[in-house]
Amino acid sequence: MGIAHDLGLVQIRRRLPSPARALKARSFPLRAPTIPGGVDPPHVPGRTGVDFDTDWARRWPARMFRAAMVEGPMRAMVQVLASPRRHGTDRLSELEGPVIFAANHHSHIDTSLLLTSIPEPWRHKIVVGAAADYFFGSRVAGTVAALAMGAIPIERARVGRRSADYAAGLIDGGWSLLIYPEGGRSPDGWGQTFRGGAAYLALRCGVPVVPVHLQGTGAIMRKGRTTPKPGSATVTFGSPIRPAAGEKAPRLAARIEAAVTALADEASTDWYSARKRAHAGASGTLTGPQVGVWRRQWALGGRRRTPSTRSRRWPDL
Amino acid sequence: MAVEHRKAPRPGLVMDVDRSTPPILFHHGEGFRLERLPPGRSRIIYPAEPLAGLSDPEAAIRDALLNPLDSDPLPALLRPGMKLTIAFDDISLPLPPMRRPDIRQRIIEQVLDMAAAAGVDDVHLIAALALHRRMTDDELRHALGERVFDAFAPQGALYNHDAEDPDGMVELGRTGHDELVTMNRRAAESDLLVYVNINLVAMDGGWKSTATGLADYRSLRHHHNVGTMLNSRSFMDRPRSELHHSNWRQGEVIKANGPPIFQIETTVNNNTFGYDGPLSVLQKREWEWSARDRASFMAMHAGLKAMPPAACRGVFNRWLAPYEMTSVQAGAVEPVHESTTANVLAQHLVPVQDQTDVLTMGLPYICPYNVNSVMNPILVMCLGLGYFFNLYRGRPLVREGGVVIMSHPTRWEFHPVHHPSYIDFFEQLLAETTDPAELEAKYEAQFATDEWYVHLYRTSYAYHGVHPFYMWYWGAHALQWLGRVIVVGGDTRAVRRMGFQPASTLSDALEMAGDVVGPSPTITHVHNPPILMADVE
Repeated sequence: MGIAHDLGLVQIRRRLPSPARALKARSFPLRAPTIPGGVDPPHVPGRTGVDFDTDWARRWPARMFRAAMVEGPMRAMVQVLASPRRHGTDRLSELEGPVIFAANHHSHIDTSLLLTSIPEPWRHKIVVGAAADYFFGSRVAGTVAALAMGAIPIERARVGRRSADYAAGLIDGGWSLLIYPEGGRSPDGWGQTFRGGAAYLALRCGVPVVPVHLQGTGAIMRKGRTTPKPGSATVTFGSPIRPAAGEKAPRLAARIEAAVTALADEASTDWYSARKRAHAGASGTLTGPQVGVWRRQWALGGRRRTPSTRSRRWPDL
Repeated sequence: MAVEHRKAPRPGLVMDVDRSTPPILFHHGEGFRLERLPPGRSRIIYPAEPLAGLSDPEAAIRDALLNPLDSDPLPALLRPGMKLTIAFDDISLPLPPMRRPDIRQRIIEQVLDMAAAAGVDDVHLIAALALHRRMTDDELRHALGERVFDAFAPQGALYNHDAEDPDGMVELGRTGHDELVTMNRRAAESDLLVYVNINLVAMDGGWKSTATGLADYRSLRHHHNVGTMLNSRSFMDRPRSELHHSNWRQGEVIKANGPPIFQIETTVNNNTFGYDGPLSVLQKREWEWSARDRASFMAMHAGLKAMPPAACRGVFNRWLAPYEMTSVQAGAVEPVHESTTANVLAQHLVPVQDQTDVLTMGLPYICPYNVNSVMNPILVMCLGLGYFFNLYRGRPLVREGGVVIMSHPTRWEFHPVHHPSYIDFFEQLLAETTDPAELEAKYEAQFATDEWYVHLYRTSYAYHGVHPFYMWYWGAHALQWLGRVIVVGGDTRAVRRMGFQPASTLSDALEMAGDVVGPSPTITHVHNPPILMADVE
């Protein structure tokens, strides 16, 4: 499963005549040998997933191309699809140097929305943590993701030091990071518990984390849909969170999640009410009530727009 | 401004003019003039370079709120169920309006965050504008930020002070000098009044914040009058300002009968036009203009000359100053203001020896009362003879009987929405007399109580009917002190209507000044803005 699968490209490719499939139908030596039992298969360096090389995407030609993409077609697309309202960029006015932007995640449009919303000087020197198994599952998809979004592969299926080292090296080199601590898009409209990646990197690199809340993108193109539906989205940037001395990653991750939760409250009510609830520990949760599926859907209330279907007075006969 | 100067800003400078001194920049409304001053007998006072801003303003604000002067920390003053009012300075501060985030937003967000932590529900925010025009929603949004505006304005908890609301004012008592003290009812009946101030000049802040900003005409008339102005030397120097003495007496009444006050005062540096960018040349010394500075100045000058005045005004009104906060202090009014004043003077004060025969000044496009508006002739007078003339400590820069030469277009134009009573004041009253005392005695009460002006003040965006009188009074000390006032490049009719003399060029003006102060007078030019205050020995 990957982005190519979601967009239907895999099905189309299967229907086309394939020289590779024709070769595979032949026997050795026209096809690769099988590996006998009891021997180690020869090591073939991987070129997809977490092994995908994205260094080229941070060189000047690729950066120029990406800047043109972001400021041109991507901004136009976001404006048409999401009519975004952006709040809280003034909270970043004192920030300098690389930062980690940690946002909730509902839709494929989130990254485009954020890349066109994050203010300078971070906007054009930022990498996006993207699922290695999803965006970098094939060479073509990985190339597109790295070039268009500045994506870097992040392992989410298992705990791996490799992608963390890679991201930390980029942050130390002056690049900011956009990451979705939930690890993937929301499956049902509610958020998911934040993982510790953003907090770990903030502690390791000593950089602040900017919590970001996105509202409305799930209605535009939620998980499972292949065509977007124009709507309106709100991006709310929170005050930067700096790791305290001696703070551990789980605690920092909880602070980041709490900050995004408070921003969600702020986006749906008003700032002062949200601050009062935040101080009282009553901001609610991103993850929704831990109850049955229908009750979780019910509790979403107006948060998810019901897909409009053509009403039919009579069944087809 | 070079980076090394940003780290170690140079103090103000008094420079004698010689033959090698380049032409000097004079602000001239929405334009500029480059003028040569006579060598050998002229000097120029340059303001100090911008002091370094606070490296972490948010932390400094928090520290001030938690460690106030002569007061409990702010969180200790907040409790559930209390009535909290936050008053703040209006559109007249700072000048020009500053870039986001405005200082008021930074402070009020932190105050509100503490109030939220304490569970305070009943919070009102009031623009303390006294008799100024109301702030528009956009202006409030700019000053307080989106979050505060969206949280309070829709429910009617963020609004402008209304000094003419018959039910909205209360009398707190009278001073020992029989001065009535009034205050906005909501503020007066609060369990805590937090005042958020921006100090641009030494006149601002202290008891003037609450005793003036939240008062009405009945209270203001005790210090906004000709006698007070004539007895202030100057109103920028609080110990020698009768204006402030009156405000401080009213402050005593507020302390005794009014709400507890938690005062928060801030100061900004002189970074009015930015270290880089198109206007940065305006805060550099002329002989330090680089080729790039000269090119940008010439382009700007030529562009402005080619544009109609309204378009020039539009360009300048869009300028937002990149001010940096240099200090923040909170707590009881008096100790806070002492500290604030010291910080203001650290930026503005320039020691100057001896007075001068002729004082020249280039008046810029903005004063406290024409933000997003028109600089009408009365405001030109107020800026030149009120503010710039009074920016001294000790003695006036110009000797008694001397001459002030101001450079400004002084167009006969008014903003009909913002300044309706100014039009009548200028066209009717000044045609009869320009004597502040006579105007005060004969017409002030009539304008102050005119129902139409009151209606416009309350429901439109008009300055109060009495406001042009105050502007005229602001120049009363200068009018009494000076032998002549000359306006270079001004509209002849408008200049004469105010009792001043028009001149086409600075040379002509200096010739005309010679008739009053004699041949070869000494000349001093104040290179303002950025703001400076002369400490005259």
